Amino acid sequence: MKARSKRLMLVGGGVALLVAAVALVLSAFQQNLVFFHTPSEVAEGKAPTGKTFRVGGMVEEGSIKREADGLTVSFAITDTAKVIPVSYRGTLPDLFKEGKGAVVQGKLEADGTFRATEVLAKHDENYMPPEAAHAVEQASKAAATVSQ
Amino acid sequence: MIPELGHFALVLALVLAVVQAVVPMVGASRNRFALMAVGRPAAQGQFFFILVSYVCLTWAFIQSDFSVQLAASNSHSATPLMYKITGVWGNHEGSLLLWAMSLSLWTVAVTVFSRHLPEAFVARVLGVLGWVSVGFLSFLLVTSNPFDRLLPAVGEGRDLNPLLQDPGMIIHPPLLYMGYVGFSVAFAFAIAALLTGRLDAAWARWSRPWTTVAWVFLTAGIAVGSGWAYYELGWGGWWFWDPVENASFMPWLLGTALMHSLAVTEKRGAFRSWTVLLAISAFSLSLLGTFIVRSGVITSVHAFATDPKRGLFILALLVIVIGVSLLLYAWRAPKLGGGGSFSLVSRETSLLGNNVLLSVASASVLLGTMYPLFLDALGMGKISVGPPYFEAVFIPLMTPVVVLMMFGPFLRWKDDDLTAAVRKVAPAFVASVLIGLGTAYAVDHVTWRTVLGLALAAWVVLASLQLLAGRITERAGASMGTRLRSITASWWGMWLAHLGVGVFIIGVTLVGSLDASLDVKMQDGQRAELAGYTFTFRGVQDADGPNYDAARATIDVTRDDRAIATLTPEKRMYLAQGMPMTEASIDIGPFRDVYVSLGEQIEDGTWIVSLYYKPFISWIWLGCTLMGLGGVFAAADRRYRRLAARDATVAANQRVA
Repeated sequence: MKARSKRLMLVGGGVALLVAAVALVLSAFQQNLVFFHTPSEVAEGKAPTGKTFRVGGMVEEGSIKREADGLTVSFAITDTAKVIPVSYRGTLPDLFKEGKGAVVQGKLEADGTFRATEVLAKHDENYMPPEAAHAVEQASKAAATVSQ
Repeated sequence: MIPELGHFALVLALVLAVVQAVVPMVGASRNRFALMAVGRPAAQGQFFFILVSYVCLTWAFIQSDFSVQLAASNSHSATPLMYKITGVWGNHEGSLLLWAMSLSLWTVAVTVFSRHLPEAFVARVLGVLGWVSVGFLSFLLVTSNPFDRLLPAVGEGRDLNPLLQDPGMIIHPPLLYMGYVGFSVAFAFAIAALLTGRLDAAWARWSRPWTTVAWVFLTAGIAVGSGWAYYELGWGGWWFWDPVENASFMPWLLGTALMHSLAVTEKRGAFRSWTVLLAISAFSLSLLGTFIVRSGVITSVHAFATDPKRGLFILALLVIVIGVSLLLYAWRAPKLGGGGSFSLVSRETSLLGNNVLLSVASASVLLGTMYPLFLDALGMGKISVGPPYFEAVFIPLMTPVVVLMMFGPFLRWKDDDLTAAVRKVAPAFVASVLIGLGTAYAVDHVTWRTVLGLALAAWVVLASLQLLAGRITERAGASMGTRLRSITASWWGMWLAHLGVGVFIIGVTLVGSLDASLDVKMQDGQRAELAGYTFTFRGVQDADGPNYDAARATIDVTRDDRAIATLTPEKRMYLAQGMPMTEASIDIGPFRDVYVSLGEQIEDGTWIVSLYYKPFISWIWLGCTLMGLGGVFAAADRRYRRLAARDATVAANQRVA
């Protein structure tokens, strides 16, 4: 083989490797995006059913209840405008509290309950998950527009 | 008074940083030794003043001086002394001061260990480091002054985030920062070489130990951080693909590529432009990591501040660094020349392949981490990218990397015969596949992931053994001692680090496939079974600490009626912030961890308890330790010192002439 064609093969092989790797990354990326919806959007039916997404807001006061097994917890997430019932089995984060911000990830059931597989709460006293803050802000904006 | 002293020292450090950035650079371009010589004392003086500043801040924390805003928000008079000291970096301002101090420490190390380098080159390196320091010190002074006063002072501080009150937090940030910031040295060497237009084997050799040491720190920092998350977050995960972890992982991947690329540049003169580009990118990603972590754009335990001005400042710094260095690169790179040629089948090719794959892997982490931030910043909706994406990407990208990693060392530089090389490793390769299948079958968990992971690990171990055997039998006739002594430290380093990857894969694979967990309601005397272990709940007592109240459960762990351990997980309530915390209790073993964390009390005497069985999880950190140790061996190779002595003579002659 001539040096020139060797070089060509090397470059060609490198480019092919790169293209394959990039294609892999992009397709994995597209399949695994998790979208975020506010409770209002979920209530309006804008959220997908059967697909994982995230909802953020405040945990409604007085909504946390434990089922008889003691492990399944139900609570409600609100952006102050709409309320979404959530059910979750597992350990809750230490800072998960009523009246505080939280983000849940999971799927929407046919009965309108959100079955969470993951619950995220804030990390310290004055830190609110940006998604939760965003949901409440959106809802209060919407409320402001309605009242005008 | 003390805080003002600290503030003043920081201003003086900035002044010296400006001197260090400008004077030696001017000296190097005009060839004036007197000006070049300013670099070293300026850098050392700068370190002195940053150290004074840092000590002053620590003093405010130790003395519980709550007229200092930072101490008031992050410390408490009842906090144990240890956490008062580490609380200094458990916040935005203090951790940036630590960043600046690590940079200064690295710079001082350069001033000490560069006697053998040409004076003009050292002057340029110190100049570049000076500019980076100017950027960070002005960032501190302009947007994040750690010495801001709180007037009137408060009587009691708000305490350090309880998650950070942990021994792991004592060493994680300094290690990580030494790693992050260490890449600034490789960066400065690359920029200095671009400025002189001299990117040769000598430059690569000078950069190598610095890059390797920075990489060792980064590896250790990431491993400690992962260990901390494992026992402190209370649910037994060790890696979460959280943006902050990704921020440290991206420079690690590129740093790994850079180390290997430097090896090729030194030995064969090839990959020069690529090496320079990697050095620039690795440091840029370190800066980007600082931006992600410190700008408050993400939800994380690390996101202290949400002041947009700070984010903008780091972003501007980032744009300047990347912009200027890429411009310089575009201007100089075409003149660099190609270097040694190599054929399709050669060690160079295998290293190039891995370099490309590691870079793509790093880019894929960048995409997954930054894309949601971009969308959000542009107001185009909020999305998140979770572990499934990273897993889907990493397994296919890293599989060829690991295969090539063990195949490459069997190939000769420049040119080799593919058939002969494949024939050499074929038995080990086939055996690995069989071991992978057999072991997965033996542990009764035959999934493609388990088989793949175990086969890769077996491949690494077998090929490592074959490599070592080959190396020992190479010198026929010599005694065993002579044979072993003839192996260089850097070869042992490579061997250990690669073996570490194998050990790491064993841990990741087995804990991923065989772990088990159970959430149960428990009360006094009640039992639960998991993975052959019996857990007996022995009730809960009060166990209050200096700055928290705690409930401590006692749980006896037995296996076939044999006592294994008594675990005491706690639920703590940190008083200053009213923040609850789960403190897990772990029985660590070489082949498995038994991990228990205490949940909530749901009625009197009944608690939710989470039980975890984590097989081979320590192997993850054992693997990281071997990798780090490999780095230490590689950096300690005698060759660097021997050649440094030769360079020193050359440099001295230049000075005389």
